[in-house]
Amino acid sequence: MSLLEVESVSVVFGGLVAVKKVNLSIQEGEVVGLIGPNGAGKTTLFNCVCGFQPVDEGGILFQNHSIHVMAPHEIAALGLARTFQTSRIFKRMTVMEHVLLGQHSHQRTGVWGAIIRPAYVIQEEERCREKGLQILSFFEDRLLPRVNDFGETLSYANRRRLEIARALVSDPKLLLLDEPTAGMNPHESAGIARLIRKIRDELGTTVFLIEHDMKVIMGASDRILVLDHGEKIAEGLPEEIRQNHGVIEAYLGRKHGA
Amino acid sequence: MTMALYDFIPRRGNMKIWLPVLGALVVFPFFVRNEYILNTAVFAGIYVILASSLNITNGYTGLFSFGHAAFYGIGAYTAAILATRFGFPFLLTLPLAGIVAGICGAAIALPTLRLRGIFLALVTIGFQQITFLVIMNWIGLTRGPMGIPGIPPVSIFGFALKSNFEYYYLILFLDVVVIFLIARIVDSRVGRTFVAIREDELAAQSISINTFRTKVLSFVLATFFAGLAGAFFAHHARFVSADSFRLEETFLILTMLIVGGMGSILGPVIGAVFLVILPEVFRFLAEYRGVVYGLIMIAAILFRPEGIAGVPGIIPTRGILSRPEKLATMEEPVP
Repeated sequence: MSLLEVESVSVVFGGLVAVKKVNLSIQEGEVVGLIGPNGAGKTTLFNCVCGFQPVDEGGILFQNHSIHVMAPHEIAALGLARTFQTSRIFKRMTVMEHVLLGQHSHQRTGVWGAIIRPAYVIQEEERCREKGLQILSFFEDRLLPRVNDFGETLSYANRRRLEIARALVSDPKLLLLDEPTAGMNPHESAGIARLIRKIRDELGTTVFLIEHDMKVIMGASDRILVLDHGEKIAEGLPEEIRQNHGVIEAYLGRKHGA
Repeated sequence: MTMALYDFIPRRGNMKIWLPVLGALVVFPFFVRNEYILNTAVFAGIYVILASSLNITNGYTGLFSFGHAAFYGIGAYTAAILATRFGFPFLLTLPLAGIVAGICGAAIALPTLRLRGIFLALVTIGFQQITFLVIMNWIGLTRGPMGIPGIPPVSIFGFALKSNFEYYYLILFLDVVVIFLIARIVDSRVGRTFVAIREDELAAQSISINTFRTKVLSFVLATFFAGLAGAFFAHHARFVSADSFRLEETFLILTMLIVGGMGSILGPVIGAVFLVILPEVFRFLAEYRGVVYGLIMIAAILFRPEGIAGVPGIIPTRGILSRPEKLATMEEPVP
């Protein structure tokens, strides 16, 4: 059984069909890349999966739950974490607060717990701090030394890393990364590609990523899906996609007279 | 270790700072046995609760609530009616006033917190005006424009409070309790979700925060504490009328919060004390005092948007009050 099953999903904005009868399935432990020209519907498809975009047609199954009828926070609690195309960090919260918030669904402190602070609240908080530091150490020396700094003081690349950390700290089954290397230099992008492999190999997290940087996508993905004008036009191993005529046409256009 | 004001919250570790302040507040009435000054101090204490509770929604959760005086009024009228008609003592009217105000808060929050930003502000202003009109016109319950006189003074286990000297200690105690409760709530998983919603609601949803439920919780907490302040006001003034809970009152509380500093524990306390004392100082200006309010508000927004408790230019008002992480391997950050 696959972890994520997207069944003939369509999304229509007015007259524009943003996503058209897309089928895809992701198996546990895979790194799947999603590519396509600008406006192909990649982010819209992502938003459908995490519940931000209502689906007009079709259905989405995540671990056998029909998530297309669920609210975003319910889907997140099932073990689906994401990052955003433009980073959405909490500017006036510290790095530590981000990784604590990432574990929201694993904590149960309520108002009374916060006021009375019984032992379980203290233990829960300690455990989540430990876990947060452990995930931050995944990013080598980028985030850990800045653990008390505010989100808004971080550099652009570190904000993107922090967003990944916030998503990763919840031990998600499936991690959706929306262009994690956008705006990064080649050196930083290579680091993200390594990080994605590391997330899969060491944490066993399944990764579904949108990416424009071909080096990253070819290096990190086990399998690649190609979207164009909302339709899935190809699916296969990185090597197959590289040579697929349809994909080359979608990106570069048709040859004259061909 | 220096401690910035914006990050200040009374803890065991900074006893050296807050114990003397609390001590000074405790002995203060012994040196100033002046009814007028003590009455002003009691009012400052009421506004500390009001501004601190509004801070939960407007400061931490980033909601725009403009109806705080309505919930203050609901608390005051609840206490007044229960005390005059049914002879309830203060120890019962105080929690009941909070609960009734909190229920009214939930009734407003449930349908309107699905709205965003400015729409919530409009609905709460509307609620403020409706509450005022209901109090004025529901003569059978509230005696309308005549108000409710003859509310019994606070009496705790047979000990009746008579002078402002005694009320001062009661409100000081309530202030300490309310600030303690708010600080505990804010400095926890619950408070973190409040601030996360203020910072980015979509991102908060993506990390499994039920933003709607959290916003309702924030609103109910804020209105509950406003109701407590109302109950104290009713028993202290011994007379309530709708005039005390107009829209102007909401804006006064909001000004205190903005001038003091939103999203910090100390901000609203400083703002409330400052804005209660200031008009007394400017009493000679008579009806021009309103102008002074306006100027202070404008000056605060222009020159110190993070409030008195904020540190300009360095960090905007501290969102949440967690302690800094101390790592064994703390090194200089790599640029």
